[in-house]
Amino acid sequence: MIQASPPPAAKPAAATPVAAPPTLAARGGFQRALRHRLLPRGRSLVTVVPVFWLLLFFLVPFGIVLKISLSEAAIAMPPYEPLFAWAENVLTLRLNLGNYLFMLEDSLYAVAYLNSLKIAALSTLMCLLLGYPMAYAIARAAPEWRSPLLMLVILPFWTSFLIRVYAWIGILKQEGLLNQFLLWLGVIDAPLHILYSETAVYIGIVYSYLPFMILPLYATLEKLDLTLLEAAADLGARPWKAFVSVTLPLSLPGVIAGSLLVFIPAVGEFVIPSLLGGPDALMIGTVLWNEFSANRDWPVASAVAIALLLLLVVPIMIFQHQQGKQQAAEARR
Amino acid sequence: MVQPIRKTTLDPWQDPKEEPYVRIEKVTKKFGDFVAVDDVSLNIYRKEFFSLLGGSGSGKTTLLRMLAGFETPTEGRIFIDGVDMTGVPPYARPVNMMFQSYALFPHMSVEQNVAFGLKQDHVPKDETRRRVAEVLDLVQLGPFAKRRPHQLSGGQRQRVALARSLVKRPKLLLLDEPLSALDKRLRERTAFELVNIQEQVGVTFVMVTHDQEEAMTMSSRIAVMNTGWIAQVGTPAQVYEYPGSRFVAGFIGDVNLFEGIVVEEEPDHILVRSDEVACDLYISHGAVVPRGAKVAVAIRPEKMSVSKEGAAGPGTRNAVVGTVREIAYLGQFSTYLVALDTGKTVRVTMPNTNRAAEMPITWEDRVVVSWRPLAGVVLTQ
Amino acid sequence: MRRPNFLYMILALGFAFLYVPILLLVIYSFNASRLVTLWGGFSTQWYASLLGNQQLLSAAWLSLQIAALSATGATVLGTMAGMVMARFGRFRGRAIVGALVTAPLVMPEVITGLSLLLLFVSLEDLIGWPEGRGMTTITLAHVTFTMAFVAVIVQSRMASLDESIEEAAMDLGARPAKVFFVITLPIIAPAVVSGWLLAFTLSLDDVVISNFVSGPGATPLPIEIFSSIRLGVTPEINALATIIVGLVSAGILAAGLWSARQERQRRRDEQLARQGAGELMPISSPPQDAPPH
Repeated sequence: MIQASPPPAAKPAAATPVAAPPTLAARGGFQRALRHRLLPRGRSLVTVVPVFWLLLFFLVPFGIVLKISLSEAAIAMPPYEPLFAWAENVLTLRLNLGNYLFMLEDSLYAVAYLNSLKIAALSTLMCLLLGYPMAYAIARAAPEWRSPLLMLVILPFWTSFLIRVYAWIGILKQEGLLNQFLLWLGVIDAPLHILYSETAVYIGIVYSYLPFMILPLYATLEKLDLTLLEAAADLGARPWKAFVSVTLPLSLPGVIAGSLLVFIPAVGEFVIPSLLGGPDALMIGTVLWNEFSANRDWPVASAVAIALLLLLVVPIMIFQHQQGKQQAAEARR
Repeated sequence: MVQPIRKTTLDPWQDPKEEPYVRIEKVTKKFGDFVAVDDVSLNIYRKEFFSLLGGSGSGKTTLLRMLAGFETPTEGRIFIDGVDMTGVPPYARPVNMMFQSYALFPHMSVEQNVAFGLKQDHVPKDETRRRVAEVLDLVQLGPFAKRRPHQLSGGQRQRVALARSLVKRPKLLLLDEPLSALDKRLRERTAFELVNIQEQVGVTFVMVTHDQEEAMTMSSRIAVMNTGWIAQVGTPAQVYEYPGSRFVAGFIGDVNLFEGIVVEEEPDHILVRSDEVACDLYISHGAVVPRGAKVAVAIRPEKMSVSKEGAAGPGTRNAVVGTVREIAYLGQFSTYLVALDTGKTVRVTMPNTNRAAEMPITWEDRVVVSWRPLAGVVLTQ
Repeated sequence: MRRPNFLYMILALGFAFLYVPILLLVIYSFNASRLVTLWGGFSTQWYASLLGNQQLLSAAWLSLQIAALSATGATVLGTMAGMVMARFGRFRGRAIVGALVTAPLVMPEVITGLSLLLLFVSLEDLIGWPEGRGMTTITLAHVTFTMAFVAVIVQSRMASLDESIEEAAMDLGARPAKVFFVITLPIIAPAVVSGWLLAFTLSLDDVVISNFVSGPGATPLPIEIFSSIRLGVTPEINALATIIVGLVSAGILAAGLWSARQERQRRRDEQLARQGAGELMPISSPPQDAPPH
């Protein structure tokens, strides 16, 4: 038992009163104050440099794009009229919504936008349908197999995107390897017309963006506590039911992240439709590039870019929000 | 039960001429709207082993981090050895900390970890080598000097962390839950060792812990913290035997609390009447409480006894009748939960001086619960 | 259970989908026939003619220079940004900084490319710099869009790094800058290196942004490949693709072997640690001094 003599009747005081401030306090106080001020200064430098870079090279350019989208095209270098003009000491601002009106009038743009959305959405769905079982299989593989399998998913991402798209040309051509193979099998008796069609664009996008779907899906599926499934089974859920009611809802963050990682860049895709797509596979990224380089109409190209950005603002915000939540969850761990 | 393992008695806080070594003056720390530490004043003396004891969110870690310099007080000041530390960054303080996670540098060997602090002070190489070897001997890690942290067991890592924070001979060593990452067996042994080392090197230790047993066995004094303020400061025995409030009584150890009203207040005793017990509570040591005041009487389970004989009932003092509801046999002692006729349940712990088979008391027995006049403590807060 | 088999079938199919095109590309790079789709016997002639293609080689050299420069810049800036996001806690505007840092990650490249071009043109108009478009503008553009990737990698590494390790260093007397270079940087070095490699690869591979910001004098490799593909399939590109795939695979394989070795070493160390626990000597407390029980 505790051995101690009982203390005086009154309960022990919480703290004795404090004495007068010591003279030692002043010693070196100034130096320390100075040093302490330097600490946040180093921090703000570390913050300011990348933020300044991004402001200059990422945010300001959007302002310029917006500005130019409101000006008129001209045959000059740069090929647009200035938005502000000094004439007889009067600053005139000439806002020109003509580029946006032009986009509304010409059905080419609307068709391209809708087509981009359709292609991106369907490709995202196909990536999900193929990527989910793949991610699930990797997450459920024996632990020593997981990282090699994951490596196999990432590896194509490190090889050139351009070259991987290029590889499909040789396969999908009229006299390409796929047609040769199918003819040899006897499945078809005339070569299929796949290259330079929308089908080829779908294949190209699914092929190129599949790893972006698998990685976030794997990340959430791998974290999933297997005992939850055992608990569901124990409570009488059949495997399929357990999957639908436990695994699927819990992997939803991965589904959303993966889908957005595929959908957002796919909407603005340029390389795949220009290499694999034909005239029917009109996408907004190609339209933008053509306005910019072939037509040299920078104001219309800018207007197209602004419209594309408006289209993607919501998905991008969702993605950012999702990432923020995930970071907060990681920070809590 | 808990045993204090200190060998030397040390009570500078009772000497009015002794200058406090660490003075925490009206310190408040707010994180946004959340008040983590609320107007805390505290004096810690040279060579003390001082513990900040509290649950999570009690502000104990924040207070420790303010001593280390990782957090700046929103209000108030901290003096160490007479020097105002407010605003001094952690790297300029004569204070070292042993982290809960040990925070060993994974890319450096044991030796390099320990030498790191001396290197920052540009201590000459020879001296560094000598001091590192010395402190590694002190924690008995000499043969492991060349190993990396991940090549060590948990207990060894803990010693490296201790050595690393001791080698600079700080004025104050801060320990953040130093034993929490060790398993139970190792924890007990390390507790002894920490106290021994502290006595050998004579450095003032301030430890944060949530484990009352740890605080009781190792500390010279304990500050019990609750939601940002200090509930009580005292030696382990004071805090346990004479808790100053209902919170402290309940936080440290088990306790039976009886709410009542003071009916007699004499220099040599106090009498409390409570609706929760069918007898008067007689406390034979004085407490400055006016008659008619609402108080609680706290009685530790081991200071009560149950027996089948004895007188009890209205008019008696410190003895009451009840029915045994639960018996927990714990080997060296047993705990009885006795339902009093008022409906109140009382916890009583009795040493098992007889074999279990011979135990005369069993479930649903009517028993008398009694205690001595010295057992109770009157709590006003 | 039948489901796992079904799953592994899809997995195998998926990997076939990912790898068959690359495999065919490699096989047909050794095709003697000019027609990419007809096998005309084994030959290495396309590799030889690739080595003679001065235009492609100089484009490759330019791309390598740009990639090295921009990856280095992106690593410095991205590491800073990652640290800000992982360590500087809640400060005013943190959400905005976070959004700004990760936005280039999801921004469609056509928008980034166009907006950067318009910036460069406006800047030249205003202050005369950067002069024309070429290596400088491509490098600046690549730093901008790859630093987000580095920032995300560094941030996630920092988030999993015990912050008290850095606090311990500061507690032992190291100033913040020293803490970063002596403690933090060596520990997160693998993440920084993989950030650099990723930035390098992304820069080497970028078509769209380079397309906007490159000038007539400076054509990087992807643009060169892109335009020659649009003119038609050439076996030379197959040979080039094979070389790239080979280099990347060798790199990844080396990294994989290295990490496997690390893993084995870690297991050995853990074993050592367990044995070490047994060697621990009894503590110094003599029992006769302990208080009586």
